Amino acid sequence: MDIVELSRLQFAITALYHFLFVPLTLGLSILLGIMETVYVMTGREIWRDMTKFWGALFGINFAMGVATGITMEFQFGTNWAYYSHYVGDVFGAPLAIEGMMAFFLEATFIGLFFFAWNKLSKVSHLVVTWCLAVASNLSALWILIANGWMQFPVGAHFNAATMRMEVSNFMEVLFNPVAQAKFVHTVSAGYVVGSVFVLAVSAYYLLRGRHAALAKRSMTVAASFGLASALSVVVLGDESGYTAGLNQQMKIAAVEAMWNTEPAPASFTVFGIPDLKTHTTEYEVKVPWVLGLIATRSADTPVPGINQLVQAAKTRIKSGMIAYDALSKLKTDRTDVAARKTLDAHVADLGYALLLKRFRSDVQNATPAEIDAAANSTVPNVPVLFWSFRLMVGLGFYFIALFALAFWLSAKRKLDAHRLFLQVAFWSLPLPWIAAELGWIVAEYGRQPWVIEGVLPTALGVSSTTAGNVLFSLIGFLVFYSSLLVADVYLMVKYIRLGPDGTLGHAVAPPFSRVPAE
Amino acid sequence: MDYETLRLIWWALLGILLIGLAIMDGFDLGTAILLPFVGRTDLERRVVINTVGPVWEGNQVWLILGGGAIFAAWPLLYAAAFSGFYLAMFLVLAALILRPVGFKFRSKLASPLWRNWWDIALFIGGFVPALVFGVAFGNLFVGVPFSFNSDLRLQESITLLSLLNPFALLAGLVSVAMLVLHGATWLSLKADGPPGARARAVVPYAALAFVLLFTLAGIWVREMDGFHITSVLAPDGPSNPLFKTAARVTGGWWANYTLHPLFWLAPLTAYLGVLVAVLSRGRPLLAWVGSALVPLGVIATAGLSLFPFLLPSSTNPDMSLTVWDASSSKLTLYIMLGCTAIFLPIILAYTGWAYRVLRGPVKAETIMSDSHGNY
Repeated sequence: MDIVELSRLQFAITALYHFLFVPLTLGLSILLGIMETVYVMTGREIWRDMTKFWGALFGINFAMGVATGITMEFQFGTNWAYYSHYVGDVFGAPLAIEGMMAFFLEATFIGLFFFAWNKLSKVSHLVVTWCLAVASNLSALWILIANGWMQFPVGAHFNAATMRMEVSNFMEVLFNPVAQAKFVHTVSAGYVVGSVFVLAVSAYYLLRGRHAALAKRSMTVAASFGLASALSVVVLGDESGYTAGLNQQMKIAAVEAMWNTEPAPASFTVFGIPDLKTHTTEYEVKVPWVLGLIATRSADTPVPGINQLVQAAKTRIKSGMIAYDALSKLKTDRTDVAARKTLDAHVADLGYALLLKRFRSDVQNATPAEIDAAANSTVPNVPVLFWSFRLMVGLGFYFIALFALAFWLSAKRKLDAHRLFLQVAFWSLPLPWIAAELGWIVAEYGRQPWVIEGVLPTALGVSSTTAGNVLFSLIGFLVFYSSLLVADVYLMVKYIRLGPDGTLGHAVAPPFSRVPAE
Repeated sequence: MDYETLRLIWWALLGILLIGLAIMDGFDLGTAILLPFVGRTDLERRVVINTVGPVWEGNQVWLILGGGAIFAAWPLLYAAAFSGFYLAMFLVLAALILRPVGFKFRSKLASPLWRNWWDIALFIGGFVPALVFGVAFGNLFVGVPFSFNSDLRLQESITLLSLLNPFALLAGLVSVAMLVLHGATWLSLKADGPPGARARAVVPYAALAFVLLFTLAGIWVREMDGFHITSVLAPDGPSNPLFKTAARVTGGWWANYTLHPLFWLAPLTAYLGVLVAVLSRGRPLLAWVGSALVPLGVIATAGLSLFPFLLPSSTNPDMSLTVWDASSSKLTLYIMLGCTAIFLPIILAYTGWAYRVLRGPVKAETIMSDSHGNY
């Protein structure tokens, strides 16, 4: 494997690992806030113990999130040095603001959450918990503003003197529609992860006949919060699809395995076997109209197919070659007015010319065959995207059904009446993680071959360190993360089995005891 | 605000963030280094760990924020330094990853084997970053082998072994001594009983080691090759390190001190801090403030000496990164300055509040009274 493949593999592995812990943090932090709010409002100690017990599991998970997150902040520099130079002026800002505005608050207050139960008044501690929850979510906002810009690079321009992208309108970066849609979709997914976690662990207790008071209350909270989240994750996922249609038509076409433009409104393929070689999909089962409505929100706008998009890419590559040629002239003579004018006219396609760098370094002299190859390289891995997306969406609808059932049983006060429901709830535990990881794959693997859509091909973003170094760190992270994951899962299982009494070191308060006046 | 001023402010802010990191994350790195030595029983070690347990996470954000701020304000430096120091960075990251899990997981099982392993992990998590950060700083003085092509793609031939040159190792030891001193004053302030007393006894030794190593480094710097810019370089020009020339000159890193005698206040602050830390052993808070002055003085000393260089190239001095040609665009620097002006005071305010809530020494009895809640 070369350095590009190794660096991509390392990024994917470290990001997917990190993303095992982040969604649970997002979801559980809000659930902790809700539970502690009930405690402060009703004064019933069982709700404090619930907050502490789920908080202990939250803490184990949070430590892993922090441990795997440290790598992410520095990995752009260590492994994606050219990327960091090329877009740092735009991409670095949201990461830095994330640290200042969100992570600092989160990391400071998590210490108080665990250690200041006896040092703060009830209300002050509640404020700390909510700050922790809000900061976790703000953190996601800034990360997704940065990520949204990779998908839809608005508010920036190329500067030939510094050979990089620079901010021209920060508000556009901030209010990037793709970032907004991704943020709400991703945090909702996190809430689903948190809710399924609480639901499944509580179901485990009810199946064993343990801690019924705590488990039923936890389940009720998880069911209502989870239902709202599962509904919004699907609705907002649709929003994500619509905004992707604005800029990433190739991603949409690939997810749908739609090889050729269909007359509007395009149909949605429920099932099929996409074939990368022949550019066809076999055994298709199609639902008319649905895709056209999702991607364009209109009945008469066509959704372009893969083959047509490849042709469009060819045109842009040729235009980009003109820009690249002008840029080369500018490098030797910074005062060349004609070259600057040509560059300005074609600069929007400069990134497309960079796709040719895989084939030759003097891209302005590329042959028609190389242009064809570069245009074909804009097609991502269709079968993987096609199936990841369908599995994710299927799981999304499953969560709505699961939480709706749980909500109904909770309203009927029959949460512990049906063992089958409890078993289903328990075995659903891994599903939201699978859905979240699949979502990451659709979004990021579907962005290939671009690291910044239309601006910088992934292969050019890497560092100039040696492949051996990257292989070493890749193996290192893999071994390291896996052993930590083993310890993490071991502790989680141990403390779940131990239950609230064992975790807190005292019997959980009976449900209706009042707190003595302080 | 003009580009030149913004770059200067961001150079200062870079220093402030590094100082924030060395002061705030520094004492818990130092504490982790001292952990196996000042804590002899499991309970004593838990006292040591719980002095930093509630705060180390917030402290470490100085590092994350430092990384983010370098990315946003000095993207070329971020790209060149972190990819150039690849294996060194990997070592630091691997060591730092041990910390969150070390603090959180250690007390979750009672097995001595488990706990001893995490004690070693926490020691490594303190020692390795403290050493490597110093080594990295030392290499800024030595210069590292790198260049850029016309696309500004970095080309480097830096190896881990080349980073471990004698001067850089000396700088690494300066950093370790400084943070051990800072960790020792923290423990004498926060750890009740024997661990606190043992830490107090470490203070004069760490102080002596620091003074000797820091002074030696200063003398060494005077004798080594520094760098200076030999062409006219517009302080408001585009951020492109190919537009200037620079050369090595013996004693170049002392030039700023000859030019501006006021700069001597920086190393003097470091010495003064040591003096305060050693002399006020009866007043632990004052001693901690003293040892906090040391990283302030040391980082300022190094920064003022290197200015305007950020990362000198030993093989192509012309392509060295400087304050004037490695920054973000004017607009980005301006926006980030606005954000920093708003959020840094807020951060300092709630951090101060958190420390106030958690004030007072950590006692063995307190840990036993909530053995499940404490680390």
